[in-house]
Amino acid sequence: MAQLILNHLTKDFGGGRPAVSDVSLTVREGGFLALLGPSGCGKTTVLRMTAGFEQPSDGSIDYGERRLSDAARALPPEKRNMAMVFQSYALWPHMTVAENVGYPLKVRGVSGETWRRKVGEALALVKLTDYAERRPAALSGGQRQRVALARCLVTSPDVVLLDEPLANLDQHLRKSMEETFRIFHERSGATMVYVTHDQSEAMALATDVAVMSEGRLVQMAAPSEIYARPEGTVVGGLIGRGSILKVPLAEHAPRALAWPQLREAIGSAPGVGHRRDVLVRPEHVRPDPLGMALEVTACVYEGERFALTLALPDGQALKAFGDTAIPVGQKANFAVVSGWRL
Amino acid sequence: MRSRPRWLRISNGGLLRLRRAKPGASPAGEPRWLVPFVLTCLFLLCALPLISLAKAGFSGLASGHSIGVLTEPATYAAIRNTLITATGGMLISVAIGALFAFAVALTDIRGKLTLSFAFMLPMMIPPQVTALAWVEMTGPASPLLKTLGIAPPLGSPQPLYSLFGISLLLGVQHAPLVFLALKAGLSASPRDGVEAARLSGASPFRVFRDIVAPLAAPGLIAGAAIAFVSGVGNFGIPAILGIPAGITVLPTLIYTRLASFGSGTFGEIALISSLIAAIAAMGLILQQRALSGKDYRIIGLSGANAAFSLGRFRVAVELALAAILFLVLVAPLAALIASSLVPAYGVPLTLKTVSLRAYEEILFRQTMTLSAFTNSLFLASSAALGLLVVAVPAAYLMNRRKGVLANTLGILIEIPYALPGIVLAVAFILTFAAPLPILNVSLYGTIWIILIAYFSSFLAVSLKPVMSAFLQMDPSLEEAARLSGAGFFRRMRDVILPLVAPAAGASIILVFLIAANELTVSALLWSAGTQTLGVAIFNLDDSGSSDLASALSVLVVLMVMALMAALETLANYLPEGVLPWRN
Repeated sequence: MAQLILNHLTKDFGGGRPAVSDVSLTVREGGFLALLGPSGCGKTTVLRMTAGFEQPSDGSIDYGERRLSDAARALPPEKRNMAMVFQSYALWPHMTVAENVGYPLKVRGVSGETWRRKVGEALALVKLTDYAERRPAALSGGQRQRVALARCLVTSPDVVLLDEPLANLDQHLRKSMEETFRIFHERSGATMVYVTHDQSEAMALATDVAVMSEGRLVQMAAPSEIYARPEGTVVGGLIGRGSILKVPLAEHAPRALAWPQLREAIGSAPGVGHRRDVLVRPEHVRPDPLGMALEVTACVYEGERFALTLALPDGQALKAFGDTAIPVGQKANFAVVSGWRL
Repeated sequence: MRSRPRWLRISNGGLLRLRRAKPGASPAGEPRWLVPFVLTCLFLLCALPLISLAKAGFSGLASGHSIGVLTEPATYAAIRNTLITATGGMLISVAIGALFAFAVALTDIRGKLTLSFAFMLPMMIPPQVTALAWVEMTGPASPLLKTLGIAPPLGSPQPLYSLFGISLLLGVQHAPLVFLALKAGLSASPRDGVEAARLSGASPFRVFRDIVAPLAAPGLIAGAAIAFVSGVGNFGIPAILGIPAGITVLPTLIYTRLASFGSGTFGEIALISSLIAAIAAMGLILQQRALSGKDYRIIGLSGANAAFSLGRFRVAVELALAAILFLVLVAPLAALIASSLVPAYGVPLTLKTVSLRAYEEILFRQTMTLSAFTNSLFLASSAALGLLVVAVPAAYLMNRRKGVLANTLGILIEIPYALPGIVLAVAFILTFAAPLPILNVSLYGTIWIILIAYFSSFLAVSLKPVMSAFLQMDPSLEEAARLSGAGFFRRMRDVILPLVAPAAGASIILVFLIAANELTVSALLWSAGTQTLGVAIFNLDDSGSSDLASALSVLVVLMVMALMAALETLANYLPEGVLPWRN
């Protein structure tokens, strides 16, 4: 069994704060890890260290028993048996689609009929068989993306790295490419590390989501876990839509809060008790005749429902969904069925 | 179950193959010898000659043999003449170059590509050929004027053998430099900025005064500085126009000193070239001061040319530009052709007297011109191909590495780029005058010293297209090849070299074009049997065979045009900014 292990990984480019600081995580074999975070959080540097383009200043990267990189040594990228989909796709403009896809095979000395068969299989998987003899310049963005993916597929790499692969595609193509990635992951069985700043992409694809902020790993968990039980305001604010409320709570209050506790906390007078951050998901704010009367400050039609913004008695904003429009300024009764102390 | 990767199976040996590196460094993945190789080449070509120049200058001062040159009236006269002709030339370059740049970049005149191409020709034509062509156009012996019946009476002075003549020709020769610098600045000026000014109610004239002129100022200043520095170091024009009239500038002073070789000569020429370098540096410092505070970063859309519609003046502007081109390009070249076709000096050219004797002479009879052809072709092709061996790795390292190494390489390359060619030639004489250490072979007087000097002089020319190709190449193209398993040489062969090939081709043609016609360096370094085309034209003219000199010049011009046309056919495959006459 081979896991990809990052151990106290640190990268300092020499400009104040390290780009990556003490990141430790393990990707299980065949896992699909999404590295999520705002731009500049160090997620791309982690990816490039994994590929071998950057060497860690401290800490190490191992694949199973094998040491890939540490501060003293680094196995060069060409010896790692990894593959990568670059943000710019990195297709070689002077080669045809088939030559691009088959290049890793050619370097490994595969030629002739075997080469043609393997390239053909890879192209068939991304539905580009008819485009084999074209140059990358003659393809659309989504097609280029699929060529880059086929190139990763062709040599059965141990680890596939994806650097914001959907960033340059339009909304419609993103959805269909997400599906292609999922199939790709199932078929290849490779360990995948996927860098993105789009949380919905991360949630849809990954078996594990790691959230980074300012060079540090904040939390790593399965998508449903990280959505339901985020750690701290960074993860709480980044994953899903939600309102982070500051409400007075006792020191040993439980993490999961129900309506009675929340009602007491929201309704208490300002300045009472110690204030703590509580995450409230909009789907947990429901119209309830027995609930609290809250003023609607915004009501936006989103197609499948209305997105409401409500004002708490002390003025904090609370997001909610509604089935019907409620005029701005009007009060309505709502209950918050659950909240999560961050 | 999928098979496990190959390198995992190598249980012990694999770890030994890990690269040792400094903590925190980026694994560069190039062979260990690459950095030392590039640094050594650049040190030998760029820094060493300058060090010898400084050494010879100091020892000349210290020994007292050469100090006299600094107090001679001839030196003062040369400094004065250099300053006058370089400044005059700069003013003329700015006037002509700016007119063309504004017209091509900002207005809706027709035939811009043809105009640009024709306007760039004077820069590509070697200065000694330009000078010769103008002399053939204007003097009392001009076959063209004689044929037209408007030649001044025999015995009247040649008007170009004067300070004004030298300035005028320096101006014509270097106007393309101003044109290029200014056009680069103007084509970056934002079209939406001009449109916003028009919508704010500004008339075209006010837009020009308030928006375009301030944005164009840095390009104009930079162009003027390049024209000045090039004028200070030019040898071909003052050699052909100044020497017959007894007007000496600093570069021709070095030439005459070297011809009358004495005990203090090396120290003297070292000091004179230091003077040239100092004047050039002064020009660049003035440019720096004029440019400070004028760094206008362009925000918003650029690249799109801001078109001023000239309306009914368009035809007038087009005619004016065509007239200037006729005067500075067509007429001198016509005179050159006419001179090459007369049967003997002073005979008017008519349909009856026209003869190809001069061509026959230089191509089949004169051993001197034949060996000049062989020498120049050998030197130019060796320099063009050989420089790639240095330029490609240097450009690769400068783009892939950041920090101290890239900066050091950048500074080394700047040295020969900023120095006038004549200073470099002197530096090479001083470096190789003594026999080489260990080998005990002297390069002085052989063709190899010219070749090494060419390597140094044209390194920047060779590097520029390759550098822009690397700059415009997405680094992930190489990274993808690395992850595909390709080692350094493999990805060089399969990915990097194919992608920089068109730029390398342009680099070869550009270096060949300039080196084949070069005079400044070879005028100082040639000896019997190693004369180049430039030297041959100069010597033929000097010995009174202006018909042969003209014929040789015509062939040179034809070669220049053929090579420029070859570059033009490559244009679509080249990175932007490689071909000066294209946008």
